[in-house]
Amino acid sequence: MDGLNIPLNHILLVSSLLFAIGMMGLMIRRNIIFILMSLEVMLNSAALAFVAAGAHWGQPDGQIVFMLILTVAAAEVAVGLGLVLQVQKRFKTLDMDHANRMRG
Amino acid sequence: MRELIWLIPLIPLLSSVTLMLAGSRLPRLLIGITGVGSVGLAALLTLATGLDFLANPEIFQLTLWTWIQVGSFAPGVAFYFDGLTLVMMSVITGVGFLIHLFSTEFMEQDESYARYFAYLNMFVAAMLVLVMADNLLLLYLGWEGVGVCSYLLVGFWYQNSANGQAARKAFIVTRIGDTAMALGLFLLFTELGTLDIQAMVGIANETWQVGDNIPLIACLLLLAGAVGKSAQLPLHTWLPDAMAGPTPVSALIHAATMVTAGVYLIARTHGLFLLAPEAMMAVAVIGIATTLMAAFTALMQSDIKRILAYSTISQIGYMFLALGVGAWTAGIFHLMTHAFFKALLFLGSGAIIHCLHHEHNIFKMGGLRTRMPVTFWSFMIGSAALAALPMTSGFFSKDQILLQAYQMPGMGPWLWLAGLLGALLTAIYSFRLVFVVFFGGAKTEPDKDTGWRMALPLTVLCGLSLIGGYFIIPVQDVFPVGSGDHPAHWVEYVSISVPLFGVLLAYLIFHTGQLRVDSLVNSRIGKTLGQFWLSGWGIDWLYDRLFVRPYYALSGMLKSEPVDAIYGLIVAINQTFNHWLSVTQTGRMRWYIVSMVFGLVVLLTLALQISPEVL
Repeated sequence: MDGLNIPLNHILLVSSLLFAIGMMGLMIRRNIIFILMSLEVMLNSAALAFVAAGAHWGQPDGQIVFMLILTVAAAEVAVGLGLVLQVQKRFKTLDMDHANRMRG
Repeated sequence: MRELIWLIPLIPLLSSVTLMLAGSRLPRLLIGITGVGSVGLAALLTLATGLDFLANPEIFQLTLWTWIQVGSFAPGVAFYFDGLTLVMMSVITGVGFLIHLFSTEFMEQDESYARYFAYLNMFVAAMLVLVMADNLLLLYLGWEGVGVCSYLLVGFWYQNSANGQAARKAFIVTRIGDTAMALGLFLLFTELGTLDIQAMVGIANETWQVGDNIPLIACLLLLAGAVGKSAQLPLHTWLPDAMAGPTPVSALIHAATMVTAGVYLIARTHGLFLLAPEAMMAVAVIGIATTLMAAFTALMQSDIKRILAYSTISQIGYMFLALGVGAWTAGIFHLMTHAFFKALLFLGSGAIIHCLHHEHNIFKMGGLRTRMPVTFWSFMIGSAALAALPMTSGFFSKDQILLQAYQMPGMGPWLWLAGLLGALLTAIYSFRLVFVVFFGGAKTEPDKDTGWRMALPLTVLCGLSLIGGYFIIPVQDVFPVGSGDHPAHWVEYVSISVPLFGVLLAYLIFHTGQLRVDSLVNSRIGKTLGQFWLSGWGIDWLYDRLFVRPYYALSGMLKSEPVDAIYGLIVAINQTFNHWLSVTQTGRMRWYIVSMVFGLVVLLTLALQISPEVL
């Protein structure tokens, strides 16, 4: 692992940045596809943190959780894209602000 | 024979139940036969029992079964039969039968024929239970029973809401007295341990001295019940309004029987009242005050039934006076004669109303002497007896009352004088009625004359009103014997001549018109006083202001349920919060996400503030 010794803090910083970018996207985007993409970014930021932490402690757990997150992300995309299709079909738009029938 | 007295109240009761259940399916003739026949049968049984009793005057008691058994409290359904019971039963069944017979013609056209007789029979049954009861609880059952029947019959023509109002008034006002009476029963039971009248009086005489406080309170409570039922001051206001019922009902319930139940109650419990001289004084004072108040009011009325109603109140006042001065026999005697002549007068007025298109105003009648001869003679005889003209039944009873009142030590002569004034007024108002209605020019033509079913009861009651004074009621064993002294002769002469003078006055004023009272009546004082008397001394007005309106105001306030407002506030607060929270539920996902992120940030900040060591 010589030559590529990036401090853990840097990686965590990147991970946090990625998470923040994803969350901002989630909050400000209206298009459901972009929301899903933001979600992917957030998931991957968490996965990055896990991998970095696992490398730091010399444990395999981080990578195992990464696999789990990958699976979850795949499942999420599968369901999410199905929902996207439904939204498009029902509302003729991908703007999530129009899909607000469940308002109080 | 005496073992069968339980049949006497049972027969009218059975008839009543039959008419209630099957009345609408029976033909009218059968309804009439059932309704009248049952009371007639009861009257025959009473007659047989009475003859048996007179031949062999032995007090008789019959216990049918124990009604309630709670510890030592075990009132039975038991009847007590003595001279007083016999007098009351004879009046109830005898006069009751005549009035039932009269009703068959009076109510001929009414569609609720069966309902009428069902109520009337039930009334007779309840009244018989009242007078035959051996203990005060059974008496109270009859007492309330007649109250219910009175309510039902006053409001008989319930389609007119004024009648319903009158019925409610009668029920509620008497209920005030009944509540006091119930309290009296509670007191008597806790103090004496029994409600059996004879046993109670015996124990009371052993435990209490004359003038003790507890018998005084108990007697005053019983008196309050009697005052309510017998329409005496201050609970008399229901009786004039109770005239909203059919006229035979007024004759039976509101003249002959039910309203005299208070007199009967006091006479029955006279053993207790003798222990409380102050209570007896209260009875006398209430009686004489009511007599005068009602007599003055009757003088001004123009509705024929209201005149008779106030006259009834006034005459019951005489009975109370008699009871108050200890003239028990005279009081019961007046009860009986009053039942005869007042039933006669009421039935007579019923005949007039029946034949005169339901006209009640005496000034729209007139000249009926030749057109309705039977009714005319009924009224003549009835009014003569009411005014206590010599040789009529009312003369004997009222004379006895006045003489015994005179002999009362202390305020006796004053009571006598007031009683005389009442007698004078009675003579004036009763003959005013006769002269205005039967003499002079005709103002309304009767469309029919009385049939035999009306004429027969009138004739019989005429006879009773004339000769009723010669009856000797068999109560010498019931009541303590009076002194037997006679006051000076001039007292008697004055007592006799005052009613005659009253009749003369009425003749001069209302018939010949020789005595002009216009200037007196039209003077300012005369007008004010007349208006005051016409309104029944403003007592209705007073009660309306004192009780009815405050009650309405209070219920108006409570209608908005002020206590519920507290709970309403809680609900309102919850609803407001709910509203605020539901506003946040916009349905926009981004809004939710932002809220979640915001909340997360807040929570994390808090958590780190509280335990920074996790960092």
